Amino acid sequence: MKRKKAGTRAADQAGTNGRGKKARGTAFDGHEGVSPIPPVPRFGHGSRVPGWDDAADLRKDPAVVPDAATTPVPADLRAEIEAHMAKYPDHRSASIPALAAAQRHHGWCSPEAIEQVACVMHLTPGYLFSVATFYDMLETHPVGRHSIFVCTNISCSLCGADDLLAAVLEAADGDPDLNIRSFECLGACDIAPMASVDGVYVGPVALDEVGTLVAQIKAGEPPLPAKQLGHRAVAEPLAAIPKGPTTYGGQMPEEAPGPPAPVEQQSPIPLQDEGQGEEGAT
Amino acid sequence: MSTTTTTDGERAQPILFRGIDEEGLHTLEGYRRRGGYEALAHVLGAMSPQEVVAELLASNLRGRGGAGFQIGKKVSFMPAGQMDKYLICNADESEPGTFKDRELMQKSPHMLLEGMIIAAYAAGANRAFIYIRGEYQAQADILDAALVEAQAEGLVGERILDSDFDLTLVVHRGAGAYICGEETGLLDSLEGKRGNPRLKPPFPANQGLYQGPTLINNVETLATVPHVIRMGGAEYAKVGTETSTGTKLVSVSGNVQRPGNYEVELGTPSREIIYGLAGGPPEGRTVKLWFPGGSSAPVLTGDDLDIPYDFDALAKAGSMLGSGAIIVVDDSVAVVDVALKLAKFYKHESCGKCTPCREGTRWTVSMLERVDNGLATPMDLDIMASVQEQIIGNCLCVLGDAMAMPIGSMVAKFRDEFEAHIEAARTRNPFGDEQPSPDPVLVQGAAA
Repeated sequence: MKRKKAGTRAADQAGTNGRGKKARGTAFDGHEGVSPIPPVPRFGHGSRVPGWDDAADLRKDPAVVPDAATTPVPADLRAEIEAHMAKYPDHRSASIPALAAAQRHHGWCSPEAIEQVACVMHLTPGYLFSVATFYDMLETHPVGRHSIFVCTNISCSLCGADDLLAAVLEAADGDPDLNIRSFECLGACDIAPMASVDGVYVGPVALDEVGTLVAQIKAGEPPLPAKQLGHRAVAEPLAAIPKGPTTYGGQMPEEAPGPPAPVEQQSPIPLQDEGQGEEGAT
Repeated sequence: MSTTTTTDGERAQPILFRGIDEEGLHTLEGYRRRGGYEALAHVLGAMSPQEVVAELLASNLRGRGGAGFQIGKKVSFMPAGQMDKYLICNADESEPGTFKDRELMQKSPHMLLEGMIIAAYAAGANRAFIYIRGEYQAQADILDAALVEAQAEGLVGERILDSDFDLTLVVHRGAGAYICGEETGLLDSLEGKRGNPRLKPPFPANQGLYQGPTLINNVETLATVPHVIRMGGAEYAKVGTETSTGTKLVSVSGNVQRPGNYEVELGTPSREIIYGLAGGPPEGRTVKLWFPGGSSAPVLTGDDLDIPYDFDALAKAGSMLGSGAIIVVDDSVAVVDVALKLAKFYKHESCGKCTPCREGTRWTVSMLERVDNGLATPMDLDIMASVQEQIIGNCLCVLGDAMAMPIGSMVAKFRDEFEAHIEAARTRNPFGDEQPSPDPVLVQGAAA
């Protein structure tokens, strides 16, 4: 039973992106000079005991602001972070753009990346790590180069997003270069089911297009060019809109698609007549 | 392109979406060709900040982000006097089902900039920020480009259009957190912290960003400001209903044939939006339930389709207009699935600061999972409903309420279906496929 549970939980993590909950126990493993830290103690049913995903090494002193003399920062990254800092009255406001810049540079918010941001911004790494773990788009674990965020929120899932996510995972076949995860509403429910591929919105993605999509991503080509959001008009053209008074039904053109059941209303609902509008509604 | 209809059958002109798909509208030249920045020139040339506030009050324009608070009142709450004041445009549109601001920013970024400059002038703010969600990379790039154009033309910066008004504007990209759409969470996030909400009062108008007075408004609200100035507040107030003036961008999604953004006059019957504009559910299906204002709004059923789509009528019907996102769910979908999907979203997005929300969202998910896999009894539904009641009003922000209200309304309105679902799941799976451990034992690395 326990083994099965662990399996489903791992699948859950691949799907629902728990903030920083992926790949438990692997944080910092790829970083040199950090000794392996024992796994976090857990209750039998799986919940965390101390309340943290990754164990803190309590033998160490808290990290201070890194010394500029011993922390080399790439010049372009430093310039970008300083440009962000200059935009705000309080330079701390730049912590999210700075971490995002470091993530673009390093691939993820690695301890090294966080040290560099901390050095430029004169903040402690702990502060920046607390920020990085809060936000979904800041990765605190190594991830693939290409991100595929499949929206699985309500509108998209009504249109088959869960199948889409499964199909993308299957087509990717565990390619470590692809960072595939379900994402919360990406604000493109009009093209549901959709995905954000390296920041480019594509949709609606049909299941038989998933193979093409994944191949295009691997080849570094623009994903499904015809289905990118930029090409979409606001909504359907005027022809689709029924003419006439506000009561739906009666005076629509014959060929217009109608509701399944006829609307039996005696009078149009007044829109601007004071007081009556609400009465007419109920 | 969408239109609105008035009572006498004539189509009202769309306000925000007039020619929205026009080629080149996102450039300064394209926007100017359409009369862009004329309202700003008029404001800076001939109006005092108080006069702008008076126009906004006269328009009765209500916030389009969710709470529906009058922008005129909000601006008038800003303290007078010489101090650093801030204007923030909340472009963290992360309410599930909402995508109207994305459309506006992508296609007409200058409309937002113009509205922000006018609002900043009215509020006496000299620094403005657009907090745009990190996922909207393309839209943020468009805004950045528009900002550079505006700065080059002297529309943003020092001594705008040769007046005494200065404004610096920054496009700030978030990094993916629903809670940062909540105004105080947004403030913390913009200050470079974790996006935890703050205790109110003090309200942002008194103590907001960097402890200074701050005006926070939604993209759509700010983009409407130039139109209010252009039309005149009183004229704008003639559109829509008496208490819900103007037009609203409605994002229709879910089980409809033509999902998309539509601009409607407030007070339009909901049926016309869902069936007339969006085409209704697919052939042969009927509307089972719909969210009138994003996933945080209590659900309405197919019987409620004739409610006029405005702030007060929806509030009277026990729901809310919210962000203006209609999500339609047809009769082929199990209500339990919808509830579970929602609850998981809010559980993930709860920032964890307040216990009722942090624990309540987690337990709601657990209980819905029990319902789904046949371990629940009808008593669980009562417990679940009581959990929702204990979340509402007990947290710093309304994220918990945003889960509790729709889930509570779903359980109340579809209780029969929940009970049938429990019964069916139990019959199908008498032992449950995931029995909770009877006695939680502390073990080392159980999940590893």
